Amino acid sequence: MSDVAATGALPKPKRDLLPALLPVILALAMIPLIGSGSSWVTLTVASLAMGMMIFIMASGLTLVFGLMDVLNFGHGAFIAVGAYVGTLVLLPLAGWAQADSLLTNLAVLAPAVLLAMAVSGALGLVVERVLILPVYGQHLKQILMTTGGLIVAEQALYALWGPQIIPLPLPTSLRGSFIIGDIAIAKYRLLALLLGLVVFTAIQLVLNRTKIGLLIRAGVENREMVEALGYRIRRLFLGVFMTGSALAGLGGVMWALYREQVHASMGSDLTVLIFIVVIIGGLGSVGGCFIGALLVAMVANYGGFLVPKLALVSNILLMVAILMWRPRGLYAVTSR
Amino acid sequence: MSDLLTLNGVHTHVGRYHILQGVDLSVPEGETTMLLGRNGAGKTSTLRTIMGLWQASSGEISLAGRRIERSLTPDIARLGIGYVPESMAVFADLTVKENLVLAARDAPLDDIRLEWIFGFFPALRKFWLSRAGLLSGGQKQMLSIARAIVEPRRLLLIDEPTKGLAPAIVASLIECLKEIKRRGATILLVEQNFHAARELGDSVLVMDNGTIVHRGAMAALAADVSLQEHLLGLSLETHQ
Repeated sequence: MSDVAATGALPKPKRDLLPALLPVILALAMIPLIGSGSSWVTLTVASLAMGMMIFIMASGLTLVFGLMDVLNFGHGAFIAVGAYVGTLVLLPLAGWAQADSLLTNLAVLAPAVLLAMAVSGALGLVVERVLILPVYGQHLKQILMTTGGLIVAEQALYALWGPQIIPLPLPTSLRGSFIIGDIAIAKYRLLALLLGLVVFTAIQLVLNRTKIGLLIRAGVENREMVEALGYRIRRLFLGVFMTGSALAGLGGVMWALYREQVHASMGSDLTVLIFIVVIIGGLGSVGGCFIGALLVAMVANYGGFLVPKLALVSNILLMVAILMWRPRGLYAVTSR
Repeated sequence: MSDLLTLNGVHTHVGRYHILQGVDLSVPEGETTMLLGRNGAGKTSTLRTIMGLWQASSGEISLAGRRIERSLTPDIARLGIGYVPESMAVFADLTVKENLVLAARDAPLDDIRLEWIFGFFPALRKFWLSRAGLLSGGQKQMLSIARAIVEPRRLLLIDEPTKGLAPAIVASLIECLKEIKRRGATILLVEQNFHAARELGDSVLVMDNGTIVHRGAMAALAADVSLQEHLLGLSLETHQ
């Protein structure tokens, strides 16, 4: 009778904090190994900033997989397109970007970012309708179609902008560092960190406080039942796909400014990194993607400082270690 | 009594399997129609095909005279069908409240109707803000049914709601379904529990090998042990 009358209490939900604490544990563990406090702070801030940029680029990919079981190997194309579109504003208005005024710098940076997001989002609409719609539920064909899409996008960028690397200097106000004692914190890294936190918070608010977010969370868990309740999940998916593409475009501009250069293969270069993050985090999990991005960036930065020879394989090693511990990723989504 | 739902010669293929092999059935408006049959007879497949979760390869499905066999699942649901799958399919990561908010679609939750639901399923009130994944099996089934009735629906498709539940919960579910029936709902109910079937059913359809092999009054089947053994391979009285 207890089930009907509910005289008992529910089991307490398990709080799985260990994965969330991993970046903190890793950062603290690095203090004695790195030795110098200022180097540790610099590397940690660099890791956080890099992690935020990777998260922004990868967040859409994890939701796209979680919601519709779509493997989009062409996600990197949105990153590259976003970066190139950003140059359409930033290079012609280089005078504004190199002015000493923060407001003038922002007056050119903001439209560059917005245009990159708009074009990447619109490209997402085209890719979903043309490449992905015909191959729903067919993983192998999805991989072939989206990889082909990435190659086509890359070649189109070569054709339009040429094969050369395009330098993209940071706006003047974002150059240099804030100096606190003997610690230097790069201004742009701080901005990337803040922007990443804003995006993460916004995604969490949408997922947890809005009806659309409810639908996305429910759809990730059981899309068939969401449809049986009367919701067109493919329309919702299209919205998520476009938003994810737009975020990848934003990440593309940020990454290009971080590296101060744009090249056509940056999308395919970053695709592997982004997939590692999404797999580490747990396919479909935004929180896991966030932690995964931070871990990948930390391992790259700390590893590059401590054992430079391992830098190239550090992310793969991290992924292997995480998957041996948790085969479905740090925060596996219930139904996957 | 006019028929709310009719299926004529419905065939369904899943992969290379021919699951439904010409299903003909009708569900009269305002009545509860039981769908019985052995495991694998095609009962769940029939409900999934009506909902559009599996596309009928041929045949006609009509709801209130409107053809729906080519419609998408969300459009079918929005014609006023509430669906309770065998797996319950509650959203484990969402709270009880969030599950019902989604089920109510565009309408806000109706407090009076919620109180009515809580009358049958007090556990849902108590665990209103708890994650559905933490509920017991019986409580999840309550939530699954509550989701289907949180707004008035023309037709309820319910797949084995009493499966694996304790007798006290089964009794509560039967009372709930009787009350829903009294309010004029039309129900197509797949059920293996004979007590529940006899309590609730006005008419009965029996399936075997993907077709309907018997249709008639539930009371007539309940009274005829030899017919039960012929159709279902067992006596319902001994299978509760």
